[in-house]
Amino acid sequence: MRISEHPILKFRRGHRVRFYFDGQEMKGFEGEPIAAALHAEGVRVLHYSEAGRPRGFFCAIGNCSSCLMMVDSQPNVRTCITPLRAEMDIRTQRGRGVLSGEQSEDRES
Amino acid sequence: MKQVDIAVVGAGPAGLHAALMGAERGLDVLVIDNAGQAGGQLVKQTHKFFGSREQRAGTRGIHIADELTKKLSTYTKARLWLSSTVLSYYPADQTLMIEDDAESIRLIQAQRLIIATGASEKLLPFPGNDLPGVYGAGAVQTLMNVHGVKPGRKVLMVGAGNIGLIVSYQLLQSDVEVVAVVEAAPHIGGYAVHASKIRRMGVPIYTSHSVKAARGEQVLERAVIWQLDEQWNGIDSTQFELPCDVLCLAVGLSPLTELLWQAGCRMVFVPELGGHVPWHNGRGATSVPEVFVAGDAGGVEEASSAMATGALAGLSAVESLGQCPDYAEATGAWSRELDALRAGPAGSKIRKGLQSLQL
Ligand SMILES: Cc1cc2nc3c(=O)[nH]c(=O)nc-3n(C[C@H](O)[C@H](O)[C@H](O)COP(=O)(O)OP(=O)(O)OC[C@H]3O[C@@H](n4cnc5c(N)ncnc54)[C@H](O)[C@@H]3O)c2cc1C
Repeated sequence: MRISEHPILKFRRGHRVRFYFDGQEMKGFEGEPIAAALHAEGVRVLHYSEAGRPRGFFCAIGNCSSCLMMVDSQPNVRTCITPLRAEMDIRTQRGRGVLSGEQSEDRES
Repeated sequence: MKQVDIAVVGAGPAGLHAALMGAERGLDVLVIDNAGQAGGQLVKQTHKFFGSREQRAGTRGIHIADELTKKLSTYTKARLWLSSTVLSYYPADQTLMIEDDAESIRLIQAQRLIIATGASEKLLPFPGNDLPGVYGAGAVQTLMNVHGVKPGRKVLMVGAGNIGLIVSYQLLQSDVEVVAVVEAAPHIGGYAVHASKIRRMGVPIYTSHSVKAARGEQVLERAVIWQLDEQWNGIDSTQFELPCDVLCLAVGLSPLTELLWQAGCRMVFVPELGGHVPWHNGRGATSVPEVFVAGDAGGVEEASSAMATGALAGLSAVESLGQCPDYAEATGAWSRELDALRAGPAGSKIRKGLQSLQL
């Protein structure tokens, strides 16, 4: 789903790097937003709401919270504006996500 | 804590112009933007600009952004922090809290603050509007024109204003099918040239139509469209389904005003300006003396006017610090430019909005 030829634009892309989505190996360009890399790989569902509804890319400016994911064990990363790096471990987030080390403790409601 | 004369939030056309006014007059200016690249909405505008006559008509937005950033970088006292989000503003000690992409937090004290945060897409209420595949028009543009990723295979465009029409055309240029454009109003809002261009390319435009629902299991698979009567109520018997994997909302923008609320600016609800906007005096001054507003954040318009309101806000901020000997001339020129941009029938909505702001 990458655009290879465009009548006006030339895309400046970073190095091609490997990353993981829910454990599965994928490729993207370093520096592009994580959500764009996932999108190019055909991943549309990034997050599930507390009620279990699927959520995807929406605003692309870091504003709407629809694209929050777990990145390298950290929840609530705004993947539409966070640059992709090699070897990132990116996971679908459910609800508000859990901070590492917080699993066993009670969460505030 | 680091201190600056002027902090500007947002490096779109408004913020960059505001910053240039300060930098040109020798002040310490810091511009902060959460995107990885300066230019705001300009970085995705591949089309030649409409609107402004003498100013930039004919130039592509992407080139304007480069030009402004380059100009700002020639001033040693001007700095641009990218991938940095302003989380909050504390009016008591005029401090901004900024998070960069390494997640470190910095506090900056600014004598003057210019808010040029732009606007965000409006959502439409219909069942399924949260399904993956329902996007704002800006997001579709960002994916396609900045990152070179196709948003999907079959796009339904909602809204036939200039943004809806232009993004439809850009999708076709990227070899993505646009199944239709639906527009709730009985008339196409955007320029006729844009509408006929996409019609010639085979895209039907349904006026007096809207989205009843978006359907799909995990992601968008189809949209239910229906015709609207004169009271804008949907007519059941007219509904039909269109298969699509992208539904692109181009139904207007509303100003991003969180920081202005935090600063304690007096806010006014003006539908013609896109929603809640800070009261301002037409030259960027808000009800809080240290805080100025520029661009779409003060009322949704377009890039050429964002440059002018940005320049005016920048000049007003510099003047309030007693550093603007050429204030009268400089603001005069930009105000005339702005009046010209807002003249004529296309500017009637914004003129009405600015009038009610002053009531
Ligand atoms: C599809 C489309 C086509 C258009 N075509 C035209 C055209 O042909 N002619 C024309 O004149 N206009 C056009 N426009 C309108 C024009 O792009 C906007 O009016 C203009 O960009 C507004 O400028 P701005 O500087 O106010 O805001 P923006 O360009 O939106 O910039 C605001 C910046 O602030 C940043 N920001 C926001 N909040 C924060 C925060 N808390 N911390 C850090 N940074 C933050 C944002 O990331 C962004 O970079 C078009 C718009 C769209 C969407």
